Amino acid sequence: MTKKQLSDSMNNNILNYNKLTNWKKYLFISVIILFFLFLYILSFGTQAFFQQLVNGIQLGSIYALIALGYTMIYGIIRLINFAHGDLFMFGAYISCFLGNYLVAHNIGFPFIIVLIFSMVVTALLGMAIEKIAYKPLRFKPRLAALITALGVSLFLENFFALSPENVPFPINKIVFGPKYIPFPALIVDKTYNIAGVAINNIKILDVVITIILMIALQYIVKKTMVGKAMRAVAFNKDACLMMGININNIISITFGIGISLAAAAGTLFALTYGQLQSPYLGIWPGLKAFIAAVLGGIGSIPGAMLGSYVMGVSETFATSINSNFGYGIAFVILIVVLVFRPAGLLGKFTKEKV
Amino acid sequence: MAILELKDLCCYFGGLKAVEKFNTNIEKGELVGLIGPNGAGKTTVFNVITGIYPPTSGEIFCQEENIGGLPSHKITKKGIVRTFQNIRIFPTLTVLENIIIAYHFRTHYSILSGILRDENYHREEEEMSKQAMELLRLFDLHTYYKNPAGSLPYGEQRKLEIARALATKPSILLLDEPAAGMNPYETIKLMELVKKIKEDFQLTIFLIEHHMQFVMGICERIMVMDFGVQIAEGTPQEIQKNPKVIGAYLGVENKDVKNS
Amino acid sequence: MKIIKNIINLIRKYYKFILITVLIYLLFEIFNGTIPIAPRLLTRYYMQIIMFAMINIIMTVSLNLINGFTGQFSIGHAGFMCIGAYTSAYFTTILFKAANMAYFPQLALFIFSLIMGGLMAAFAGYLIGLPTLKLRGDYLAIVTLAFGEIIRSIVRSSDEIAAFLNQIGLVKFSETIAKLNGPRGLSTIPALSKFWLVYIICIISVIIMRNFIYSTHGRACLSIRENEVAAETMGIDTTRYKIIAFSLSAFFAGVGGGLFAHVLRFIHPENFSFIKSIDYLIYLYAGGMGSITGSILAATGLTILPEFLRVINFQQWRMVIYPLFLVILMLRKPDGIFGNREFSFLVPKKKEVN
Repeated sequence: MTKKQLSDSMNNNILNYNKLTNWKKYLFISVIILFFLFLYILSFGTQAFFQQLVNGIQLGSIYALIALGYTMIYGIIRLINFAHGDLFMFGAYISCFLGNYLVAHNIGFPFIIVLIFSMVVTALLGMAIEKIAYKPLRFKPRLAALITALGVSLFLENFFALSPENVPFPINKIVFGPKYIPFPALIVDKTYNIAGVAINNIKILDVVITIILMIALQYIVKKTMVGKAMRAVAFNKDACLMMGININNIISITFGIGISLAAAAGTLFALTYGQLQSPYLGIWPGLKAFIAAVLGGIGSIPGAMLGSYVMGVSETFATSINSNFGYGIAFVILIVVLVFRPAGLLGKFTKEKV
Repeated sequence: MAILELKDLCCYFGGLKAVEKFNTNIEKGELVGLIGPNGAGKTTVFNVITGIYPPTSGEIFCQEENIGGLPSHKITKKGIVRTFQNIRIFPTLTVLENIIIAYHFRTHYSILSGILRDENYHREEEEMSKQAMELLRLFDLHTYYKNPAGSLPYGEQRKLEIARALATKPSILLLDEPAAGMNPYETIKLMELVKKIKEDFQLTIFLIEHHMQFVMGICERIMVMDFGVQIAEGTPQEIQKNPKVIGAYLGVENKDVKNS
Repeated sequence: MKIIKNIINLIRKYYKFILITVLIYLLFEIFNGTIPIAPRLLTRYYMQIIMFAMINIIMTVSLNLINGFTGQFSIGHAGFMCIGAYTSAYFTTILFKAANMAYFPQLALFIFSLIMGGLMAAFAGYLIGLPTLKLRGDYLAIVTLAFGEIIRSIVRSSDEIAAFLNQIGLVKFSETIAKLNGPRGLSTIPALSKFWLVYIICIISVIIMRNFIYSTHGRACLSIRENEVAAETMGIDTTRYKIIAFSLSAFFAGVGGGLFAHVLRFIHPENFSFIKSIDYLIYLYAGGMGSITGSILAATGLTILPEFLRVINFQQWRMVIYPLFLVILMLRKPDGIFGNREFSFLVPKKKEVN
């Protein structure tokens, strides 16, 4: 056998082997899940089932936009960006303020303007954070970057939660304050009733925008040079340096894209729920989206999408049974994933070379 | 009785056959080499022997005892120890501490003893320090004993790793590319050192190397691997003449290209 | 006879140390007014602050055991504190009314309750450690974070747990659990944390942890931090030692929690939130990973600092400035202020070996 024949057969071995074991496992898991869904339908009825399914898909869409950012950033610099949830929050608040302004001045198509604006501004903030706080630590031990990310997250939350009354100028113009703020109704709320299931037009918008953004992301990642560079840097930074790829720019772009998605999620979230409770609102969705990304396989974009919808649907079903249950399901999923399949559903487990 | 026996050892990662049906018997006191092109699976063999990866199939016997699948620390207690291709010393600990850690699994005093600092503690700690210093003296590293291990020059770090491995009082020493990154002079010194410690400590040594001068110079027997399989075994002279070995390293003549 | 001889030997060997610690204690009491030879500078309030500082020392050094010396990444330390606090309060307030007991039985009960609190926390640490210590650093962080939250949820749902216990017939036990009061907080805890007791326990805890670190078992933990694969191949059962470090650390966190409960006299799940875990992380990183001295100084300094800054309404700025400080610290000196270094008296004297 020539060397080429040998390596070809090796590659075929790998592909066939993976396909073989995976389908059996997935079949088993699908059967179990279908069983539980069946139980649910028996207890609560098909109408409730579809209602929760719809709600779950909407929730999953929001998680997907946040999880995509987590997974992209982890994929490219191996950092869990704890501050991601807070940038989601920032996007929500920015869109709130701009929305109020646009509505007050009666400017047309407020939603689109607000969406784009919040995505751009938050992305800029995120890229600035990367340049200031994460870039200097790129070649230091990972722990330092994690702690920094934690610090940035806490700083953002608590800074924006300062009360405008208690702080001096000019800070009092920037902070959001710890109290709840209502979100302007940029789109008139209409509820449709299809076969007993209440579907809100805003919820449809959530899913539609998410799908559009995900398609756009897939296009960028798979079909453009920038996307190719992003994938290459995620795979092997050092090799890219030698290929003449500007790592810093690529990382900044990745951050920009990932965080703009989170900002979009923030805008949609605020629009859907009609209010912003406090600057701490990013913590829980951020954590759950992170768990969703882990579930799908951190570093994998399709994984983040899959994991988020699974998380969204599971959480909705769990909450409809018992609110405490809904609160805990995210942790249960986390522990199950980490104990049984740490690489996630679609993830690749890169073993440390010994 | 072979001190180390590998029977049909296989290690697969998913579909990738990193090691395929590796067979060997190593007798007590031998100095055996394992060579092959990069990616041949040599380090994987070491990793499986020392328990870092479990074997997918096949058996490993150390002095008639089946050790396949045991965790690394248990295998070390059976007397097999290794060094690493990319040096794995403990960088911020002192040179002395690096050695003393290797005595850990032989110390008997409990955690409580350590906390209460009773006589067991003092006695064993002193004993360990003494033995460690002696070992360092043997390797000419005793002047560095208080320095953080990471501050040592590269060659000294390699020696430290070997010294640390010896501190576990092994019967079998696996050396993974010990001469990597060394100039000819250092390589010759290392060859002398390896021969010396084999004599002084009555070791069986199994080593991986790319440095042909080193391998041919001290190994009594050499095994060759390529793409996970053994392709040859024999004395250094036999290996140098073996066409399969030459083919693995230099390639086979491609008759089509020649005629075009 | 032998025991007395041992004790006399110990005193003779460490007389300097014992003298200094007693002197420092007396100094505190002098300024507290108990020994009236100097003006009373330390009111009851400041003595309480100093007690909190000592409790924080115990917490920070115990956190250092896992994060600094064993190189893991645990960010749910407040969870162990919570277990210790509630367990010891359970013994002194619910099971036995310590307030109504005479001096010596009360003291014995308190010490017993602290040990029980520590053991419960250590047990929890063991349970957490078993499945999760094989995970990579980033994942371990999330799991420990989740664990802290789960502990709090369990405490918050103590009413439901009590109801469940009632249903299965354990009526007496159920009543005591119900008294934990869940989200309403547990009050009327007797003030059993006397200054001298907290002082002694703090010193003993630090000594135990320091002795552990400078023994062969501590070195095993250090080797895990330095290079885990190498440690395994040098004969160290890394999983076992990670669990030992985790459990030991959790034990002292539990003891700290118990002391905490009896100073504050009212505990609530909110006292042990993620914010508290972050506090200890900040003290730890500021002091230096792997430096007991650093932990002691940072814990003391950062506990006392807010008191000096009370004038500028520090409370609201605390969680803005501390994380910022943490980020700057990570960027400039990732090893912490003290890094690896210790006061010389903490490092055991080695006989000069030639």
